[in-house]
Amino acid sequence: MSTSIANNLSHNKYYIWIVKNLFSSWVNSLFTIIALIFIYEVGSFFLNWAIFEADFRYNFQGELITDRILCSKNIVPGEYGACWAIIYVRWDQFMYGFYPVEELWRVNLTFALLPLAIIGVLFDKIPFRRYFIYFTFAYPFIAYFMLYGGPGLSTVGTNKWGGLLVTLFLGVTGIALAFPLSILLALGRRSKLPIIKSICVVFIEFIRGVPLITLLFTANVMLPLFLPDGVNPDNLLRALVAVTLFQAAYMAEAIRGGLQAIPRGQVEAAQSMGLTYWQTTRKIVLPQALKIAIPPIVNTCIGLFKDTSLVLIIGLFDLLGIGRAALSDMTWTKLYYEVYVFISLVFFIFCFGMSRYSLYLEKKLKTDNS
Amino acid sequence: MTEQVIQLEKVNKWYDDFHVLKDIDLSVEKGQRIVICGPSGSGKSTMIRCINRLEAHQEGKIVVHGTELTNDLKNIDLIRKNVGMVFQQFNLFPHLSVLDNISLAPIWVKKMPKKEAEEIAMSYLEKVKIPEQAEKFPGQLSGGQQQRVAIARSLAMNPDIMLFDEPTSALDPEMIKEVLDVMIQLAEEGMTMLVVTHEMGFAKTVADQMIFMDEGRIVEQAKPEEFFNNPKSDRTKLFLSQILNH
Repeated sequence: MSTSIANNLSHNKYYIWIVKNLFSSWVNSLFTIIALIFIYEVGSFFLNWAIFEADFRYNFQGELITDRILCSKNIVPGEYGACWAIIYVRWDQFMYGFYPVEELWRVNLTFALLPLAIIGVLFDKIPFRRYFIYFTFAYPFIAYFMLYGGPGLSTVGTNKWGGLLVTLFLGVTGIALAFPLSILLALGRRSKLPIIKSICVVFIEFIRGVPLITLLFTANVMLPLFLPDGVNPDNLLRALVAVTLFQAAYMAEAIRGGLQAIPRGQVEAAQSMGLTYWQTTRKIVLPQALKIAIPPIVNTCIGLFKDTSLVLIIGLFDLLGIGRAALSDMTWTKLYYEVYVFISLVFFIFCFGMSRYSLYLEKKLKTDNS
Repeated sequence: MTEQVIQLEKVNKWYDDFHVLKDIDLSVEKGQRIVICGPSGSGKSTMIRCINRLEAHQEGKIVVHGTELTNDLKNIDLIRKNVGMVFQQFNLFPHLSVLDNISLAPIWVKKMPKKEAEEIAMSYLEKVKIPEQAEKFPGQLSGGQQQRVAIARSLAMNPDIMLFDEPTSALDPEMIKEVLDVMIQLAEEGMTMLVVTHEMGFAKTVADQMIFMDEGRIVEQAKPEEFFNNPKSDRTKLFLSQILNH
């Protein structure tokens, strides 16, 4: 008896919400119906294409797909959807580029350790956080050793790296290096010392005034000119330098916005108690400024992560570059949709993750009742 | 034998062309409680902000505890450790809990162990009568409570001089008393205090010197009974009539 009343009530609640929000007037109802039809049409088209009428490893005749001509849609045109076999067959390339197959465990291990390396930075309430942070600082060395090689491990040149490995390498390293640099740039730009201030202003304005592609070309062509003879950094490192500087300039402006929002009284209160400039900056100014700047900082991080795909123009095979390489392979050519949808999905997962994390942070750091 | 703790000699200060402080002479003895009043823009806040170097003066001499304020950062740090300040806008750190607000400076400036600093913080919170708010954030407190936390935060550095820059001006009327009560208690304990305020009732209760400032000058300085009953300058008379009879 009582449960049926409860059911009725909850039923009522949804019913009331639907009537109130979707069918409150006949215009509203009309738009609701049109929108539902639209969502149904687009959604069913996509799901049919991507899942229900798609090939994964085998075509409709049960044959293993090793060539695009075996895709169902190429056997019976118009009847079938996506042919995901290209992703399956070239999975290793999408993930690792041309990394030697027998050494792939090294990349997998590095990937697997990455969450452990960043979890301590992202979350402050986890047990043993201190040890996670230690690991965060050790991780770059471990990753370098695992990926590039060293004593006991064969060397794998960065020209063999590719796919998600390069995308993550540039994205994660670029963001990690750019963050401290951008804080210094933002503080420097507000400094009272004229020389420091002008260096920061010139750097930020110059980098922001130039397209990333130009920076990548510049780094690729001109970096060797500035370095002593014999020092010849590889392409990936050059790209990393360009990406890091680019990211640092943008992030610095985001952080400067946060710094400007801190009332003068905060600094005065800290100073009046005898805190030094660096203590005030570290304990009072930055925690508040970074909190305010979380949305724009994450925005630039997401931007950078996607912009790493530009490195394909200087001959690096990031995820997008590998996808294009796959498409230029005569065996698999013309499967554009599959490749680009897959690449989009991978980028989306990482970018959406960053976006959700930023929302979580904003919520967590809220300290007032508003 | 009284001890001079603050001395200002012929202090002048400009903001660009604007002459904010004109030939300020002032000496404060240990345990003295000086209330400074005057119309807005008269330089009273600027004057006390010069005493802990939140503002730099351009001419003259400011000596606190025998240390002269110059550009020497060491001297500035030394003086700031012994001079507490309470602001009109409280200026609590919104990202830190009340307890962390108070224990911050003892931990970082005095290098005190965290536990000890927090015990001291709690003792000052009890002194300002809000120990139960220790774990809250400033944004969750009323204005009067925030200002009392700000006073506790300054006291936690164990200063021997306290500067108050219009401590009750940003408060709702019903909260002013709780803050003034704390300040009266401090005065009774013998703290050297410089208070910029328009709370004349408070001034009559605790001040042993009144200062009236106008247009960057100290126009009148006198004991409270004389200041209120028999002001010498016309400017002071006008000001007092305006704030006392409204």
